[in-house]
Amino acid sequence: MTQTTIPQAPAPLPPMGTGGFLRWAWRQLTSMRVALILLFLLAIASIPGSVLPQNGTDPIRVDDWIAGNPTWGPILERLGFFDVYAAPWFAAVYLLLFVSLIGCVLPRTATHVRALRSVPPPAPRRLDRLAGFRRFDVKGTPDDVLNAAESGLRGRRWRVSRGDGWVAAEKGYLRETGNLLFHVALVTLLISVAYGALFGWRGNVIVRQGTGFSDTLTQYDAWGGGRLVDPANLPPFAFTLDDFRVEFERNSSQRGAPRLFEADVTLYPRPGEAPEQATIRVNEPLLVDGAKVFLVGHGYAPVLEVRDALGRVVVDQGTVFLPQDGNFTSTGVVKAPDARPALGIQGLFLPTAAVDEIRGPHSIFPAPDDPAVFLSAWTGDLGLDSGVPQSIYRLDTANMTQLGLESLRPGEMWELPEGTGTIEFVGLERWASFQIAHDPGKEPALISAALALVGLMLSLFIRRRRVWVRVSAEESGDTVVQVAGLMRSDEGDLEPDVGELVDIIAEGRPVSG
Amino acid sequence: MNATTLAQWSNMAVYSAMCVLILALIAFAVSFAARGRRTDAAATPERQAVPAGVGAASASDLPDAVESPTLAPDADEPGRRAGNIGMSLTWLAFGVLLVGVVLRGIWAERVPWGNMYEFSLTMSLGILAVFLIVSLRRDVRWLGLPVVGITLLSLGMAVTVLYTEAAQLVPALKSWWLVIHVSAAVVCAGAFTVSTMIALLYLWRERAERRDRVTGIVAKLPDAQRLDTLSYRIIAFAFPLWTFAVISGAIWAENAWGRYWGWDPKETWAFITWVVYAGYLHARATAGWRGRRAAYISIVGYVALLVNYFGVNLFVNSLHSYSGM
Repeated sequence: MTQTTIPQAPAPLPPMGTGGFLRWAWRQLTSMRVALILLFLLAIASIPGSVLPQNGTDPIRVDDWIAGNPTWGPILERLGFFDVYAAPWFAAVYLLLFVSLIGCVLPRTATHVRALRSVPPPAPRRLDRLAGFRRFDVKGTPDDVLNAAESGLRGRRWRVSRGDGWVAAEKGYLRETGNLLFHVALVTLLISVAYGALFGWRGNVIVRQGTGFSDTLTQYDAWGGGRLVDPANLPPFAFTLDDFRVEFERNSSQRGAPRLFEADVTLYPRPGEAPEQATIRVNEPLLVDGAKVFLVGHGYAPVLEVRDALGRVVVDQGTVFLPQDGNFTSTGVVKAPDARPALGIQGLFLPTAAVDEIRGPHSIFPAPDDPAVFLSAWTGDLGLDSGVPQSIYRLDTANMTQLGLESLRPGEMWELPEGTGTIEFVGLERWASFQIAHDPGKEPALISAALALVGLMLSLFIRRRRVWVRVSAEESGDTVVQVAGLMRSDEGDLEPDVGELVDIIAEGRPVSG
Repeated sequence: MNATTLAQWSNMAVYSAMCVLILALIAFAVSFAARGRRTDAAATPERQAVPAGVGAASASDLPDAVESPTLAPDADEPGRRAGNIGMSLTWLAFGVLLVGVVLRGIWAERVPWGNMYEFSLTMSLGILAVFLIVSLRRDVRWLGLPVVGITLLSLGMAVTVLYTEAAQLVPALKSWWLVIHVSAAVVCAGAFTVSTMIALLYLWRERAERRDRVTGIVAKLPDAQRLDTLSYRIIAFAFPLWTFAVISGAIWAENAWGRYWGWDPKETWAFITWVVYAGYLHARATAGWRGRRAAYISIVGYVALLVNYFGVNLFVNSLHSYSGM
């Protein structure tokens, strides 16, 4: 971003003609003032996404919000306020900012390259009005002094030029190099993010203890990938969830807070390869074939054994119930379309059950200290044949009749009315939910971020400065030396540099006068 | 020493530090309010000491000795003694608070920044540390009043509203990144607090200078140019550190949640803070924006930091809701 000066007169109007207008627009866009305005627009545009629920992180709350605000909900939705960071107006701000940045970095790079090839300009005629000015006499000829200054400065990595009676030196070119590196690294960071979004994918899956998962699209509960990902080519690994351990805080004020999650899995890295044992923890994902498997959640799967009117077992596996609060009050649905008659069960699972008048049945601790299920059984048409996809967590009771309500403790059985069947609360399984992600942009993004940080530090901590020496011979044979400097950065103290230069000159050369 | 005793000692240390800080606050206030015989603008030694002709270069090129208390014009400056007492008390409070924070860490058997109470304690320590480090290099007794004031505010809020018993961490926080990411954020919060205090004083002083009414308390402040430079230097130190805190947070998020950036409200506000301070650094290099406007921008950046700390922790549903409340 080029430094600009505020024009004295009001900004000139855009000239007529397309070419003139484009040049005018480009100059405006790459000016520092516009870059500043775009920076603040970017900050302001980010705010709504932190206040309003976002589709990317919490689609259910978005639906609730829209339902609760019938006037503003649909308007904001159309304007992209529930997908702020994917909205066209948000993209417009940051893309303009990056265009402005590139438009500014390119000419500055050219200037800097020229500066790197050139030598410092000659010393000003008069040094006495410049920063750090000092004047003193030394023994020796002017040439001796200039030789000493030149070699000493070069030895200390100054860039030196020399003329008749003067030496000029400049240092701190890394400041501008760092500044440019910072801005270029921001561009490569953006490209890395875009690359990851195009070629990366992530999916979520719930795995019950004792069951397995293999990495194909159909096994995921939810899956999203970039435009250039072929979902048929996911890495062919598989794993089984052998054991899942979880502990909760039992003492102190934070009772019920999680203290440990651990999932033991058997991993099959590729078909035909030997299986491996591994443990996945929060903060310790499993890396396999370019993908990472993260442990993101867990819950209970009560085992409800359902028999139909004929006495056949129609359900005997654990059913995943989704936690609704921090104490794992969980809800789930069991569907038995093969039962005669077809059965559907809505259930509430409580790991540590309590019932009160206000909240009804709820859990008071997340560990299964005193588990119970509260069930509502239905019979009739489950609606599975209608062709409309159905959630496995929701029972469509439109064409069903309720058989009754019951609560069960482990081992208890409920005989449904009119001999329609039985439900037994056999026991409890756990499930863990995993996020499996592949982001090929994250390594380049990290490298870009690290380079940006290095560039930033160079551009803030290194100071670009010049120092000069002028000498003139005295009749006595001594030499009058004048030194001074100029800080070319925003601010900073030149004293150490001038002091160093004086030391170089005075070394082995008695200072007289 | 068993755990309960440790807890009591830690809390006691925090309360003691607060008492010492109150005394420091009084000392700084006395130093500020003290009026000598010379009350006109001529009493500002900094101005007198600026040699003619140096004005072309920035004022920071001046050796710091100009404002050193050893110089004769300063020696009988009213309130000097009270200011020195304030500095000593601040050092003492820092030491006592450090003991409190360390004991808290020993009690909890982890780094002492697992919830908002602990974070506020550590941040107060950070504010004092940045102030005291700056004080080693230059005379900043004029800065004592606002800095100690805001530290007391932060500590007061910690012990009243935010107090939480020490407990173990939730699994998501059990990582080395907690040490790296949060300590960087704490130091940044301390530095940005100090720079904001200076920016506010700058605006005050700058207004007085513009109206040519540098009298009374305003005359005790360094000149506007110097305040601006000091505020800039602290931000120039904190901004790369903040960048590092955001990057390390992204690395940690990638490890814990499976993505390095997810626009969680905490991440969003960290980003906003970063963008605003980046704007500040650019504004300082732009004619027409340096000075007052840049100071306003740095204050906006600090507001974003506060929103991120209080707003997101307490009112927003965020993955970073570890306040323990």
